[in-house]
Amino acid sequence: MTDLPGGGLARGLLITLRTMGRKTGTQQYPDVQPELPPRSRGVIGLLEENCTVCMLCARECPDWCIYIDSHKETQAPAVEGGRERQRNVLDRFAIDFSLCMYCGICVDVCPFDALFWAPEFEYSEYDIREMTHEKDRLAEWTRTTPAPPAHDPNGAAD
Amino acid sequence: MSDAVMIGIKVVCVLAAFLTLPLLVGQLEHKAMAHMQGRLGPMYAGGFHGWAQLMADGVKFLQKEAVVPAAADARVFRLAPAVALIPYLLVLVVIPLGPGTVAEALDAGLFFALAVTGVGVVGMLMAAWASANKYSLLGGLRGAAQLLAYELPFVLAAASVAMAAGTLSLVGIVEAWNPWWLLWQAPAMVIFFVAGMAEIRRPPFDMPLADSELVFGYLTEYGGLRFAFMLLAEYVGIVVVCALTTVLFLGGWRGPFLSDELGPLWTILKIFALSFVVIWARVAYPRLREDQLQRLAWQGLVPIALGQLVLTGAVVAVTS
Repeated sequence: MTDLPGGGLARGLLITLRTMGRKTGTQQYPDVQPELPPRSRGVIGLLEENCTVCMLCARECPDWCIYIDSHKETQAPAVEGGRERQRNVLDRFAIDFSLCMYCGICVDVCPFDALFWAPEFEYSEYDIREMTHEKDRLAEWTRTTPAPPAHDPNGAAD
Repeated sequence: MSDAVMIGIKVVCVLAAFLTLPLLVGQLEHKAMAHMQGRLGPMYAGGFHGWAQLMADGVKFLQKEAVVPAAADARVFRLAPAVALIPYLLVLVVIPLGPGTVAEALDAGLFFALAVTGVGVVGMLMAAWASANKYSLLGGLRGAAQLLAYELPFVLAAASVAMAAGTLSLVGIVEAWNPWWLLWQAPAMVIFFVAGMAEIRRPPFDMPLADSELVFGYLTEYGGLRFAFMLLAEYVGIVVVCALTTVLFLGGWRGPFLSDELGPLWTILKIFALSFVVIWARVAYPRLREDQLQRLAWQGLVPIALGQLVLTGAVVAVTS
């Protein structure tokens, strides 16, 4: 078709006409919610009960956007005459999403499954300070985290 | 008394066409261009698929400050949008919509239309020179060169039809029109349409504007309502060129059936079909380079137009 003189011109017209007949790619986002894959990486949530304040996430974070404060508490011995034990108590866990680059390293390094990806993404703010999510807000994100995938029945048994 | 009333009605009708048709073409451009590029185009203004987008734009232009650059030739700068716009309004007066539906049927209507459309370019040159801006001036020079190059094939193609019809009256041309002219005058039609697009500086012939190299050419210093008028001139220009092509080459109000009853409808339909082609060409083709633009005119359109003129003359001489 392009061999004919003016064939390229005709083809240009044909392509635009064909595109006009096709469905547009525009997403009308605020009016229509996007259909995201269930494991979209929108925000990071914290399951506080699992956190042992090991600080691995804060140390691995490339842009140091995780803030952790904790203190130690002494526990009474579990049995009579036993030894007193100390455990870490989490005071503050915050992620500054204005710094976060969504690399997910914190989720990967957490050895106790306390950090999860959640698909929420609508948490923009008018004030940059509001982008630092404290642990109560981080806990809310875990609600929309999909359940972990089922074990492969052919996989190794525990 | 009744003469005055008739003139009043005619003026109102022409003004209404002048104000609504370009907006319809503009909206068509918004939507057609968007869908050709896989987009939706304006969706919010007015509620239903952004039908009021251009009115919203107009209100926005109204609110803006009318800036005149300090170094500009202020009076010429202010006058230029009017000079660019009013010729097209005057052309609309002589364009016949249907049998007997024409504001003013001039005997030399074609001559009048061609002469007056040429004046629109003077508005562009005024804008270019008075802006005191190097980009504007470059745009204006390109516009002048483009006018020189494309006015010739434009007029030659129109002359071919005038020869075939044996009259300069636009109404007379439509009445003399015959369906086989579609074949006989086809090269002239293409030349007239392409040269007309170049004349109103539509992409792909928008070298005088060329936003990627000349900022915005002769419109660089314009803003607010004056810019809106310049923009309106472009869209009225589309309507005028499409209307002239319709009247000269596509038989105006003559349709496949009910030509006498539905005449104006056929004309409007043809005008919008051609406007769609103008928009289509804008989406499909990249802007021509300045030398390509000149080559197309001098090496392509002018020789073909002359050939068409010879052909028309020969056929007319043989048949009459």
